[in-house]
Amino acid sequence: MAIRPMVNRDSRFFWDGTQAGELRIPKCNACGAKRFPPGPACQECDAYDRGYEVAAGTGTVFSYVVHRHPPVPGKELPILIALIDVDEGVRMVGEVVGVADDEIEIGMRLRVDFNTIDDELTLPVWRRAEEDAR
Amino acid sequence: MSGVSGLSGKAAIVGIGATEFSKESGRSELQLSVEAVRAAIADCGLSVSDIDGLTTFTMDTSSEIAVARELGLPELKFFCRINYGGGAACATVQQAAMAVATGVADVVVCYRGFNERSESRFGQVSIAAATQVNTNGLDNAWTYPMGLGTPAATVAMQARRYMHEYGATSEDFGRVAVADRRHAATNPNAFFYGKPITLEDHQASRMIADPLHLLDCCQESDGAVALVVTSPERAKDLAQEPAVITAAAQGSGRDQFVMTSYYRDDIGIPEMGVVGRELWRQSGLTPTDIPMAILYDHFTPYVLMQLEELGFCGRGEAPDFVKDGAIEIGGRLPLNTHGGQLGEAYIHGMNGIAEGVRQIRGTSVNPVDDAHHVVVTAGTGVPTSGLVLSAS
Repeated sequence: MAIRPMVNRDSRFFWDGTQAGELRIPKCNACGAKRFPPGPACQECDAYDRGYEVAAGTGTVFSYVVHRHPPVPGKELPILIALIDVDEGVRMVGEVVGVADDEIEIGMRLRVDFNTIDDELTLPVWRRAEEDAR
Repeated sequence: MSGVSGLSGKAAIVGIGATEFSKESGRSELQLSVEAVRAAIADCGLSVSDIDGLTTFTMDTSSEIAVARELGLPELKFFCRINYGGGAACATVQQAAMAVATGVADVVVCYRGFNERSESRFGQVSIAAATQVNTNGLDNAWTYPMGLGTPAATVAMQARRYMHEYGATSEDFGRVAVADRRHAATNPNAFFYGKPITLEDHQASRMIADPLHLLDCCQESDGAVALVVTSPERAKDLAQEPAVITAAAQGSGRDQFVMTSYYRDDIGIPEMGVVGRELWRQSGLTPTDIPMAILYDHFTPYVLMQLEELGFCGRGEAPDFVKDGAIEIGGRLPLNTHGGQLGEAYIHGMNGIAEGVRQIRGTSVNPVDDAHHVVVTAGTGVPTSGLVLSAS
């Protein structure tokens, strides 16, 4: 069984987005500032007027982990997990699939994909981008 | 010893107590804590009935009132909990010191007890952490479902970036493990008593969360530790030399998360920098005044990063700083002389505070010459805390 995210009013748009095949980046309707993870306030202008932007879906590995032990519910070991600098200017944690554990490296270009767990949950996953020249 | 802040020198740790450290205590977490509190009170020569305050971690499963009931205490005037896992350790002492310094309470005992190996293991994935109904649970929505769900993995993410930025290697992390295990080897209370390791042992240990090997990770332990805090005046009549609280600080940084503060431009552990600057301000001391330290060691990379945040060396210089036995007994800054949480036991940092007290008393199994001031830190990667303990 996959570990399900806790969701509230501030984060529901993100998970609605993954179900719709979109990577949604929280954005302030008042000043345009983007942030991640989401929250109810703008850290730049203090407005509570939240919106989002649909990301192009590409990013760069900032750091990564190869998780080998212990088991994680809903996952097969090893798990590749990256901190990804998304091109829109925010950073997020994502599972990397289709890349060998000795191939992943800082700077690798990734593209988001969506892994449907069930009718209510779709998780973003990241694959090596076609443009990655390594 | 009196520094520049209003809290400095106004309270002292006068008693320390602990259970044995094991992998299966065979008794309840509540009993462990009560045993440790009684041992700490006996250590300093007070009576249990002198206790009028109790403080512990938010994570502790034994409430202050449950401990008070088992101790037979008629009344408590002060009780509180500190959040954020092991980051609470030194802050329990800070809370006790503030209560004593302001006259809110006279004798406050800080305690932490758990069956962290035989019951709820912190090294495993905690579904409870991922599904807690509060902002911590909401924060964990951005990591656990993606497969990042153990403390080791959250630290590995920071460690990999640190290696990339500064050229640090796994061997640099391993030197912390070697130092801890060397110190534990001569500590009869340590789980790894008589079992030192070499850097080759560290490198050969299996990968847990690459780049972290098994021997980069602390133990999981059963046990409890308690610390008695009272005024320096009262300490004069007690059985032990007091460890005066010269500074006591908490710290949280910009865009702070619990183990996953990944969204800052420069990731790392700036919250420990907040603690460090406050420790130096309160105490009037500088890193060059400190002959040894107890740096929280749930995972070795954060020990290197703490040396930098506390100002013992510059950013990115810790890999060089820890070479040539510098952090082992006899080196220029011995660390974790009890064996740390890799070598002695993982009691969420509270056993490290007890070691700081033993160094001030001169009763450590690995005594450091002229240990008149000892820096002790709490959990890293989380909102955290620290102390400077001093001889009177």
